[in-house]
Amino acid sequence: MTRLPARLALAAAPGLVLCSCRGVQTMLDPAGDQARDIDVVWRAMLIVCGGMYLLVLGFLAWALWRARRPAPVGAPAIGHTPAERTLERSLSAWVALIVAGLVTLVTISFLVDRSLAEVGPQPLRVKVTAHQWWWQVDYDGSPQSQIVSTANELHLPLNRPAVVELQAHDVIHSFWAPNLAGKVDLIPGRTNYVAITPRRLGGFRGQCAEFCGLEHAKMAFDVTVESPEAFEAWRRSQLAEAQVPTNAQQVHGQQLFQTKACVMCHRIQGAEAGGSTGPDLTHLMSRRHIAAGALRNSRGDLAAWIADPQGVKPGTTMPRVPLTSDELNDVVAYLEMLK
Amino acid sequence: MTGVAEARALTALDVDGEQALARTWATPRGLWGFLTTVDAKEIGKRYVVTGLAFLALGGVLALVMRTQLARPESGLISPDRYNQIFSMHGTTMMFLFAVPIMEAMGLYLTPLMVGSRTMAFPRLNAFSYWIYLAGGVMLYVAYLLNIAPEAGWTAYVPLSGPEYSAGKRTDIWAQMVTFTEVAGLAAAVSMATTILKMRAPGMSLARLPLFMWSMLTTSFMVMLAMPAVMLATSFLISDRLIGTHFYNEAEGGSNLLYQHLFWFFGHPEVYIIFLPGLGMVSEITATFCRRSVFGYPVMVLSLLSTGFLAFGLWVHHMFATGLPHLGDSFYTAASMTIALPAGVQIFCWIATLWDGKPRFATPLLFVVGFVITFVAGGLSGVMLASVPLDLQVHDTYFVVAHFHYVLIGGAVFPLLGGIYYWFPKVTGRMPDEVAGKWSFWLIFLGFHLTFFPMHILGLRGMPRRVYTYGADMGWADLNLLSTLGAYLLASGLLVYLLNLVVAARRGWPAGPNPWNAGGLEWATSSPPPPHNFGATPVVEGREPLWLPGEFPVMHGLDVEHREVLLTTIADGKPDIREGSPGPSIWPLLSALAVSLLFIGSIFDEWFLVWAAIPVMLCLIGWFWPKSSHSKLVKAPDDKIPGALA
Amino acid sequence: MTARLVGDLSPLPAAGFRSHGLWFWAAMGFMVIEGAGFALACAAYIYLMNGAREWPLDGVAPDLGWGTAMAVLLVASLVPNALMSRASRRRLAGPTQLWAGVVFVLNTLALVVRGFEFLHLNTRWDANAYGSIVWALILLHTVHLLTDFIDTCFVTLLLFTHPIDTERFSDVDDDSVYWGFVVACWLPIYLLIYWAPRWAP
Repeated sequence: MTRLPARLALAAAPGLVLCSCRGVQTMLDPAGDQARDIDVVWRAMLIVCGGMYLLVLGFLAWALWRARRPAPVGAPAIGHTPAERTLERSLSAWVALIVAGLVTLVTISFLVDRSLAEVGPQPLRVKVTAHQWWWQVDYDGSPQSQIVSTANELHLPLNRPAVVELQAHDVIHSFWAPNLAGKVDLIPGRTNYVAITPRRLGGFRGQCAEFCGLEHAKMAFDVTVESPEAFEAWRRSQLAEAQVPTNAQQVHGQQLFQTKACVMCHRIQGAEAGGSTGPDLTHLMSRRHIAAGALRNSRGDLAAWIADPQGVKPGTTMPRVPLTSDELNDVVAYLEMLK
Repeated sequence: MTGVAEARALTALDVDGEQALARTWATPRGLWGFLTTVDAKEIGKRYVVTGLAFLALGGVLALVMRTQLARPESGLISPDRYNQIFSMHGTTMMFLFAVPIMEAMGLYLTPLMVGSRTMAFPRLNAFSYWIYLAGGVMLYVAYLLNIAPEAGWTAYVPLSGPEYSAGKRTDIWAQMVTFTEVAGLAAAVSMATTILKMRAPGMSLARLPLFMWSMLTTSFMVMLAMPAVMLATSFLISDRLIGTHFYNEAEGGSNLLYQHLFWFFGHPEVYIIFLPGLGMVSEITATFCRRSVFGYPVMVLSLLSTGFLAFGLWVHHMFATGLPHLGDSFYTAASMTIALPAGVQIFCWIATLWDGKPRFATPLLFVVGFVITFVAGGLSGVMLASVPLDLQVHDTYFVVAHFHYVLIGGAVFPLLGGIYYWFPKVTGRMPDEVAGKWSFWLIFLGFHLTFFPMHILGLRGMPRRVYTYGADMGWADLNLLSTLGAYLLASGLLVYLLNLVVAARRGWPAGPNPWNAGGLEWATSSPPPPHNFGATPVVEGREPLWLPGEFPVMHGLDVEHREVLLTTIADGKPDIREGSPGPSIWPLLSALAVSLLFIGSIFDEWFLVWAAIPVMLCLIGWFWPKSSHSKLVKAPDDKIPGALA
Repeated sequence: MTARLVGDLSPLPAAGFRSHGLWFWAAMGFMVIEGAGFALACAAYIYLMNGAREWPLDGVAPDLGWGTAMAVLLVASLVPNALMSRASRRRLAGPTQLWAGVVFVLNTLALVVRGFEFLHLNTRWDANAYGSIVWALILLHTVHLLTDFIDTCFVTLLLFTHPIDTERFSDVDDDSVYWGFVVACWLPIYLLIYWAPRWAP
């Protein structure tokens, strides 16, 4: 119980804004060109707006301080007090200051906005299609067989510009990985784009930022920024077909997968499973999270998700498929080898 | 004490005259009177009370949300319920509380502040209240039946469209919007006409009180903005019910069309809420600083330019939708520009405080709280105006913080100050000042504790409209802090309301002008007689009650028949007298008929046709011409203004 | 502070035309509201048109005849409308009754023409977005035609059944102002519904 007040006090400390900047889903810890440019605007705003606010508070404090002087008795004044001229001139100065401040901010904003629109040469092309409530991610490739399909995660090579093409399958969503770039909506019937040039290695998190229905709160994705070599290795491994089951449990698990409802929605390349309503599971185990960030990709969480998706994410499109606990174990054993 | 309460109102006639006038303008007693009154004061009071009730309901919904979000993965409320709750919260606050209560304050105060006996269209005001009540009741009945809207107060398509929003939820939301818009439009027409045409002799536009300027600007904004949301929601309902394709991309429609139409209304809407508050700040500041607000001409210009500029900003709600960035830049510039008139006004109020002799009673405390809070909100608005920065903080808790700072700081604080300030005029009793100060501090501190952390949460990645969040996101502490603040804020509001409830019965009696203010409303008794003013006040300057010398009045308006004075728009010269309608059942009946039409058409479009018949019959009853007022008061019939030859 | 008497309001007349009276302002308010609605609906039409590859979406524009007939009828009706307004402001019972009757007949005719317009729009409200917005525009205008029709009907009837005082004359004049608005609103809508599909590339 004593930890609570301490935590609250810490949380209330104004230093919080400045010192807790690190994070995997925050604009205060920019890790890409776009987020860094936006950070410039943020800092300029803090300075100019903060300065103006202090001026206003200062003037207010002065006025409140003056109120303590003894009030001369007399009729209330209707304009034309002795201080009128001084106040008029001060107002003009104030207007000039506001105009100067706003012009500065508009200019900085406009310049950064233009830089956001620039895309580097030979960008990596990724297509993201938002569904209620998961992210379909496809990497461009030609021929067709070179397209990498995954879900709820992006891998990006360090220092290489990427252009993410954004489409929506059902309602409006918004693609937002604050450490890397601003958000852009995915709107059914339209195609939008966001440019991302990552400048730091690491794992980041993004989340849907436009209310899209029941499970909007649980629609996140992982972004992994890695060296170009690691990225190529990842891409190659994603192109491979699914591993073949080796032991009896995995074989049984695959059979269950193909005969129960799973195969209606999910695709596993190389196995006889071609559903496209839900995420591609060919390399499920290469992902850090499942259910669009709702759970970690561990054995226990995977089992919990399959056993009762509606319990984890009520309203999700994945139905509860009745399985005995043995069947569940077998399915999970099969899925666990899909690296 | 008794001397104060019995001080004779400046505009009272002799005893017989006052009694006759009171009889002419009285509302019948009992239930019939309640249902048929056209007295702007009665309607204004019930409108304010109903608005405060919706504030309480919306506030409870907020407390439930905050309780859910206090801990990660709280599990207190299901996602479906949570989504309904945040949609109801926003819808209640925006449509059922904020706009109606500002209009209600205007309804009560406008005749008193311009020196008139009543509003221009008394029956229309009565109708406005009943329609508003019907819409609010319909929404909450839906909530109790678990068919409340759940797509946010903005209800974007396609989420709210026929394919993704099953059942009647969104239809009920859309139709409720129609109810409240009709109510708002009716009140706006009445308000604008009253302020333009029914002012006291000598009250030129240059002598119009600043609250009246803000209500006049607001009324025009309402008339120009609300049709946009009526179109937006009508197109939505028709897409859902009769298969039109306004928003269906597959058949040539556009999802963004909804957003454009909605926000063309939505942005002016927040200024519609905010401008009346600014007017109240002016009135309170002048009275409690014992000087007229500094810079009257720039104050008026600021109000007018804010009202005008507000219509050029709406695209800043759509910066993330992928519109061409060059166009977006125009809206950045416009959105920043609107900070200028606001900044000018802030200077003028602080200058008034600086130059005047401030008396820190509760209303002035709310003004100070307003300055501190609203300016912060306005500055976070300047931040949001920048496209790049908006692309980071849009749809996060940063925006939630921003709009609560400007709406609560910029509108609710002035409103609370205003209700407190005019409370003695309305009830004839003084609220308790100690309780008032307590309520201010609890509200002020509670507000900042609730909403300041939200700025940080947004910067640290927390999106809005989420029913929960993960324990590993690092958002838990700030959310808990915010929830505690919410409870503190709620307690402050409770103290505030209790103060008024108790004072209404047992407060010290207030005379006509307990604050020694300068406006016309303080020339009559507290509470005012049904006819507001016995003699017609004449205005020779701003703050008429502060002018030296005797208070000028005119006689001559009829005492046996309801009659109002119309003056010229610019100079306020007496022009004609016009009859004013007495109590009537037609507003209520019409509201019932219109409600039947609106609610029925949610379920079957043919209601639009069949239910139009009772509406038409009610309107015929309403507009059935009465005997000539000229003849009734035996007014001269030869020189009729506007007649040819 | 005490009060001092500075004037007497009883010699003022108790009725006035146009901006001198309150009903005129009610009509003005209504026209601002409806005008805003019309402007936005026209903007929605143009927005959808700009976003489409071809317009109309299924290639068939409304028949020009009936829409043009309506435009001609409405513009022509402005003459008796103005005469009705003048007569009412002169407070001449006979001419006012005459011209009000004429305007009423023209109003009725306009409704009949509108009916034919509906039958020759060549699209349904649920066909596609083009159909929806065309029907929306013409329905909006029809609602105003109808309200003006009912208003004129009423006002004209009263001219013949009740003694005509200044207030009645003023009602007739206010009705003429509103009819002018209904006509003015038709012109941009006419151009959008009937000509934009023909002019659109």
